[in-house]
Amino acid sequence: MTTVDTRPVPDAALVRRPARVRILWLLVTLVVLAAVMVASVAIGSRTVAWSDVWSALGGADGSLEEAAVTKRIPRTLLAVVVGAALGLSGGVMQGVTRNPLADPGILGVNMGASLAVVTGVAFFGLTSPTGYVGVALAGAALSAVFVYTVGSLGRGGATPLKLALAGAATSAAFASLVTAVVLPRNDIAGAFRLWQIGGVGGASYERLGHVLPFLGFGFVVCLLSAKALNSLALGDELAAGLGERVAVARATAAVGAVVLCGAATAAAGPIAFVGLVVPHACRLMTGVDHRWLLPFSAVTGAALLTAADVVGRVVARPSEVDVGIVTALIGAPFFIYTVRRQKVRAL
Amino acid sequence: MSVPAVTRPSVLRDVTRGRVRNATHRRLVVLTLVVLVLAGFAVTLMAGQTFYPPRDVVRVVLGEQVPGASFTVGRLRLPRAVLAVVAGFSFGMAGVTFQTMLRNPLASPDIIGISSGASAAAAIAIVTLSLDEIQVSVLAIVAALVVALVVYGLAFRDGVVGTRLILIGIGISAMLDSVTSYVLSRAAEWDLQEAMRWLTGSLNGVSWDQTVPALLALAVLAPVLLSQARDLSAMQLGDDTASALGVRVERTRITVIVAAVCLIAFATAAAGPIAFVAFLSGPIAARLVGGGGSLLVPAGLVGALLVLAADFAGQFAFDTRFPVGVVTGVLGAPYLVYLIVRTHRAGGSI
Amino acid sequence: MTTSHSLTAEELTLGYGDRVVVESLDLSVPPGRVTVVVGANACGKSTLLRSMSRLLAPREGRVLLDGKRVHRMPAKELARTLGLLPQSPVAPEGITVLDLVGRGRHPHQGVFTRWNEKDDAAVASALEATRTAGLADRSVDELSGGQRQRVWIAMALAQQTDLLLLDEPTTFLDASHQIEVLDLLTDLNRTRGTTVVMVLHDLNLAARYADHLIALAGGRIHAAGSPADVLTEEMVEAVFGLRSRVIEDPVSGKPLMLPLGRHHIRPEPAGTGSATAGPAGTGAPEPAGEPVH
Repeated sequence: MTTVDTRPVPDAALVRRPARVRILWLLVTLVVLAAVMVASVAIGSRTVAWSDVWSALGGADGSLEEAAVTKRIPRTLLAVVVGAALGLSGGVMQGVTRNPLADPGILGVNMGASLAVVTGVAFFGLTSPTGYVGVALAGAALSAVFVYTVGSLGRGGATPLKLALAGAATSAAFASLVTAVVLPRNDIAGAFRLWQIGGVGGASYERLGHVLPFLGFGFVVCLLSAKALNSLALGDELAAGLGERVAVARATAAVGAVVLCGAATAAAGPIAFVGLVVPHACRLMTGVDHRWLLPFSAVTGAALLTAADVVGRVVARPSEVDVGIVTALIGAPFFIYTVRRQKVRAL
Repeated sequence: MSVPAVTRPSVLRDVTRGRVRNATHRRLVVLTLVVLVLAGFAVTLMAGQTFYPPRDVVRVVLGEQVPGASFTVGRLRLPRAVLAVVAGFSFGMAGVTFQTMLRNPLASPDIIGISSGASAAAAIAIVTLSLDEIQVSVLAIVAALVVALVVYGLAFRDGVVGTRLILIGIGISAMLDSVTSYVLSRAAEWDLQEAMRWLTGSLNGVSWDQTVPALLALAVLAPVLLSQARDLSAMQLGDDTASALGVRVERTRITVIVAAVCLIAFATAAAGPIAFVAFLSGPIAARLVGGGGSLLVPAGLVGALLVLAADFAGQFAFDTRFPVGVVTGVLGAPYLVYLIVRTHRAGGSI
Repeated sequence: MTTSHSLTAEELTLGYGDRVVVESLDLSVPPGRVTVVVGANACGKSTLLRSMSRLLAPREGRVLLDGKRVHRMPAKELARTLGLLPQSPVAPEGITVLDLVGRGRHPHQGVFTRWNEKDDAAVASALEATRTAGLADRSVDELSGGQRQRVWIAMALAQQTDLLLLDEPTTFLDASHQIEVLDLLTDLNRTRGTTVVMVLHDLNLAARYADHLIALAGGRIHAAGSPADVLTEEMVEAVFGLRSRVIEDPVSGKPLMLPLGRHHIRPEPAGTGSATAGPAGTGAPEPAGEPVH
């Protein structure tokens, strides 16, 4: 044959979603985020008038209403950063593992953090909330690495089924260990229970400050690995063929993701399913390019978690439903939907 | 080369010999397990705060009045030991049924939501509704069945595929666990203790009221499962092969799921979800028996032995008295790791 | 052992979900012969085989074994006459060859019947036939691909059915193992009169080993008959969208298909080229052979 190339030139518009559409979506999500942040400051178990919200934002905290609003500000900020961290971390995990069901909750990271905290409190005299952060982070990281290693052994690498099973089984085992540690020690049972229930309710600027350095590190690492994730999405062999150093790229991205979800767990307790739902929803808006997908996941995750927190405050007035429970109730049906949609062979 | 019309006698002899060897080994394993369970049962009756000699224990079991022993052994230790055996046997048998049917050693009822369903229902019954013990049990049994049906229903799409069922079970389980933890976070101190005792699985303070229903359930459901044992073995080869071998796959699956879930539910209602017994018994039995044959009875015996031993250790081995579920959970964790690593290296199923 | 079982399909329509895969298909399997089904990917070969062995209920029409609808026969009764080896069967971890082959006796056993000498004899005969007796105590995991496939066939043989359906029994096997498996199935057919129906990917192996060749396209039978009648250049073009030359196989005398791609075609002197070979046969550089998308 001659060298005439008769293949049609791919239409750029078909391959890449027009930037215009993506920017539009980005604006929409940012507006939504801003709206839920305002709602989060304004709405709570106590009804506050708009005028009080404004004066509180201006710095006044004289009245009861203004004080309530002042307390809601760090809470909102915590929800935003934790949500962003979980969304981003989920997006990266799904990319690294090429696994649509990867999620910090499913991977057993939460129970790892819990186990680390009770062990620290019970055996190493850990008392300060500052200490909790580092210990929880370490526990989360260790259990994520453990579950992923276990789940990727054997034929076929880390299939969704193997990862999910390894995560669930590890969580169950850790839960037993937690009970075994807590049960004979009445003194720590109460303190631990508060931490484990978590949520963003007890937020303070101080608590926010403890985790911010970790979160900042995680955000930077994750966002920088977007391009590598695009190559990894094609499979290890092909990524290597494209000149990617597969092992290094994967390890870097994974470290970023684990730090993010570990720090988020340390700050707000176990919150499942945000990392699962958000990247899937974002893929519908942006397509599969991680350079767009990851920032989108962060913004959407922040909006989702803040919104879930507001919902939790409203549905059970005058008490509150913790944000982790709200996300589980939203996320589990979504998880099941995702599973049902998958082709059987892909599982 | 052509297919020989007559089989060489040597091959036939080897086949017969291999079959007899397997059957003998299997019988030996089952017999040993039975002896061990009986021994554990006897020790549980004799030992404790006060030691009673075998003669007294036998007399109590036969219905004679022995001062002191009649109360301690007859009222306290006997129902506890019986429930340990019954619950262990139920968990082991139901667990191995799920593992065999779904062709995955990790797919035990603890993992795929059935225990979570019972637990969530019990937490709500105790904390929110303040129901009494019997009502809690009934609610837990109903919830386990409903969750199993929901998982099965959601997994159904042109037939049920094991992997889909497991994943959906995990999702449902995560949701139910969050419900449980919400309910517990609202609990008063007293209710919390009661609920925690239930959720960890414990044989403390067990009476005949709890033991008898579980025993009856086992007596009815074990034969049902055993009647499906051959079809279950065929289903290990995959649904298509099983179907080609004359198994009504969907019907067998439904029968087996209902029977196994009921078994789990009754045992859970009596003793709480004793962690990892359903999960561990099957693989341990498989190692002991080796290839071939149904694992239902060996796994049941292993389960019974596990619960007896763990309960005994929990009562007497430590300064604190741990409920049996904590002991099995802690013992189970390292074995779990070993199991996942080993299984996935081979890339196979149970 | 009788070999006169008749297996036929009448007006068979099959599908998954909303998708119809096989439509209104009539088919009759010649008893005591080797029938091979060929066709392009996703043309309904496996679906057809699954339906003929009761794994998939028909939307419309019926599959008849000796005049009885297979989907209404008792499962075990059917399984004593008709065996199926699926494309990728699952072996439980650590199972021995002897145990796996023994599982083939399932349809001959009731809930309370014990394993007896007849079962032993059937297993021994199956091991002997597939030359796997020496592997009996080995674990299936540690066997090579060819050995494993022979063991699976042994399991299907232990079922002692007069009809045997196989879905791509040679996938993942190298050339010598493919021949080994196909020879074995031919032996079975010749010495025991077992009716064999199988799906094969390789057209030339299909033509060589089939007594009766069925070409499936788009859920319908494009052609059926002796390999010489069915494997033609027109059929290959119509069913696979591939232009080819079909010559006589110098080894077997059956037809042999040689694909014509766009490259590596030796220019032939005018007049000797096949009339149907088209322009590529003459080495013309024009892009007329552009595949239809």
